[in-house]
Amino acid sequence: MLDLSKYQSIGAALKDALEEFANEVCLIEADREREKEKLTYRDFKERAHPLAKALQDAGFGAGDRASIIMTNQSKWLISAYAAFYAGGVLVPLDYKLAPDEQWQLLKHSDAKILITEYPIWRQLSVSEGRRAAANVSAVLVTEAPKNADLASAHRWEEFQGSGEPAFVPRTRKDVACIVYSSGTGGRPKGCMMTHENYLEQCVALTSLYPFAPGVRYLSILPTNHAIDFMVGFFGPFICGAAVVHLRTLRPEYVREAFSKYKITYVSLVPLVVKNLQKGLQARFDELPSAKRKVFNMVVAVNKALTKSRPRLGLSRRLLKQVHEPFGGELRTIIVGGAFTEPQTLQFFYDLGIPVANGYGLTEAGTAITVNDLKPFRADTVGKPLPGMEVRIVNPGADGIGEVSVRSKTVMSGYLNEPELTAEAIVDGWLMTGDLGRFDAAGHLQLFGRKKNMIVTEEGKNIYPEDIEAVFESLPVKEFCVFAANYIWPQRSMVGEQLLLALRLEPGQTYSEELRRDISARNSKLLNYKRVHGVVLFDEDFPRTASLKIKRNALAEQLAKFDRATAFLPL
Amino acid sequence: MRTLEQTTQEVLDLASKHFKVPAGSLAPEDDFFKKLGIDSLQTLEMLSRLENHFGIELPDYEVQGVSDFRTLASRIQSRL
Repeated sequence: MLDLSKYQSIGAALKDALEEFANEVCLIEADREREKEKLTYRDFKERAHPLAKALQDAGFGAGDRASIIMTNQSKWLISAYAAFYAGGVLVPLDYKLAPDEQWQLLKHSDAKILITEYPIWRQLSVSEGRRAAANVSAVLVTEAPKNADLASAHRWEEFQGSGEPAFVPRTRKDVACIVYSSGTGGRPKGCMMTHENYLEQCVALTSLYPFAPGVRYLSILPTNHAIDFMVGFFGPFICGAAVVHLRTLRPEYVREAFSKYKITYVSLVPLVVKNLQKGLQARFDELPSAKRKVFNMVVAVNKALTKSRPRLGLSRRLLKQVHEPFGGELRTIIVGGAFTEPQTLQFFYDLGIPVANGYGLTEAGTAITVNDLKPFRADTVGKPLPGMEVRIVNPGADGIGEVSVRSKTVMSGYLNEPELTAEAIVDGWLMTGDLGRFDAAGHLQLFGRKKNMIVTEEGKNIYPEDIEAVFESLPVKEFCVFAANYIWPQRSMVGEQLLLALRLEPGQTYSEELRRDISARNSKLLNYKRVHGVVLFDEDFPRTASLKIKRNALAEQLAKFDRATAFLPL
Repeated sequence: MRTLEQTTQEVLDLASKHFKVPAGSLAPEDDFFKKLGIDSLQTLEMLSRLENHFGIELPDYEVQGVSDFRTLASRIQSRL
């Protein structure tokens, strides 16, 4: 691993990594059963430098912003490196957003260059939102068919400069990436992450979960997500490890990839981990009674022998039939993006497959705490990472209060939003909006949220104001979306739901026709963004002088209702 | 060559078999996430079955953002 304390920027560290590990494999890309690409660090450099030169020839330089909207693949990482090499700031966007939402963020981020894939560009190029984002002066499109109409975009594969690009140095305090933690409907929250944020986070994470040449990371979480950017790109690269990309995320190909590529680490969202658990449990349940008894005994032995720490070699021998389908080399499943239920974590640990859970926020530079497995604790989100100061603000009698963080990994602020930044970072401490307390062993336990938002099991942060547009012109007097747990705190991080508060017109009733209208609008939202129920409020909503809804005041009034009777499921 | 109506019907039949719901209980305009109560992973499993049935490859990007059977069937139809 490179000594990151010597580096000022992501680009400088990656540049040296490509030299240091020139002969090691850095990327493998597979599409179904076909292996499309296998690149060494030298190959990677040879692909990236002509792109960096072409970017420079096009006037892209220090501080200019380049956005990437792509699925996980080699060209994502090659493009990102080329942008860093040229001194640029990366704006990774979620490829699952609707085209208009993507244009909105492209405009907000003031991106000069957009790098995307042909299927995504096909939709983006015809979207109305394009007109508003005149700041995007050049678009590079990968894998476009031969005769495709690119609507004035360039082919990524042909966008190459001749000669060597000039490396543009950056300092630790310069912004490296603008990562959107929310804001496709309300005020976009573009977290300005500095080079220092990433360098420090990488040192902390690799101290617990080391990468090295020969280690293979399976990249499934979208690379625009802070977790995959760190453990599926920067972390493995500065250690000479390899990243495996799959172009098709069907479960059968993902399963096959574990054994085919001898995967060492993978990051998954809780939904996928739970699904894996369900599949394994079904297999165990099918065992004949005698075999099942023996199997349960072996699991009990493994559990006893790994009580104080994981013993991978031993677990792999004891529970060969469980470990072999995972390729036999899997060290840890990193789970992130949302809260994971303790019984799921325990299930895997008992089988000798450690699941490293943790807790983090994009704003904090990804992970704040991680379970160090010494010993494994399913009931907590682990201890603070090295370099993280974590404290509980205004704790109640039960010790539970708001979790706040101070660290070199905390963002410098929200892009163009000094007010939001001042609310989020108070006297150098990032206020997370999550409720928690430390136990006697220094492990953090979480107990719900203070803020009005939910996180789905797929790791998606949903802010109510971001989805309200779909209910515009609903035939009611007024409406407002809330996280149900914000109204009625549950002290839980699972099963979070959104609700639609309605103030009907005088004499209006909550009819079946209105319910159907709400359902129809709801179904226009991506499935994880939908509201789950309605709450009727029989007074006008409290509003400010400028007629904005006072959300907190309305929430306080709604809280007086009994959730069981007031919440009408859709 | 199948018509879009035939393809849509086969998609509905296969989905009802795969998720064990009564035949005829699904309609082309149904939102499969809501009607079947499935998540994105279960949708991917259903797509694999549809690929095998129709003998096609349906890239992940083709079904990005699709949530009703009719649109899904039309994406399949364009690849037959």
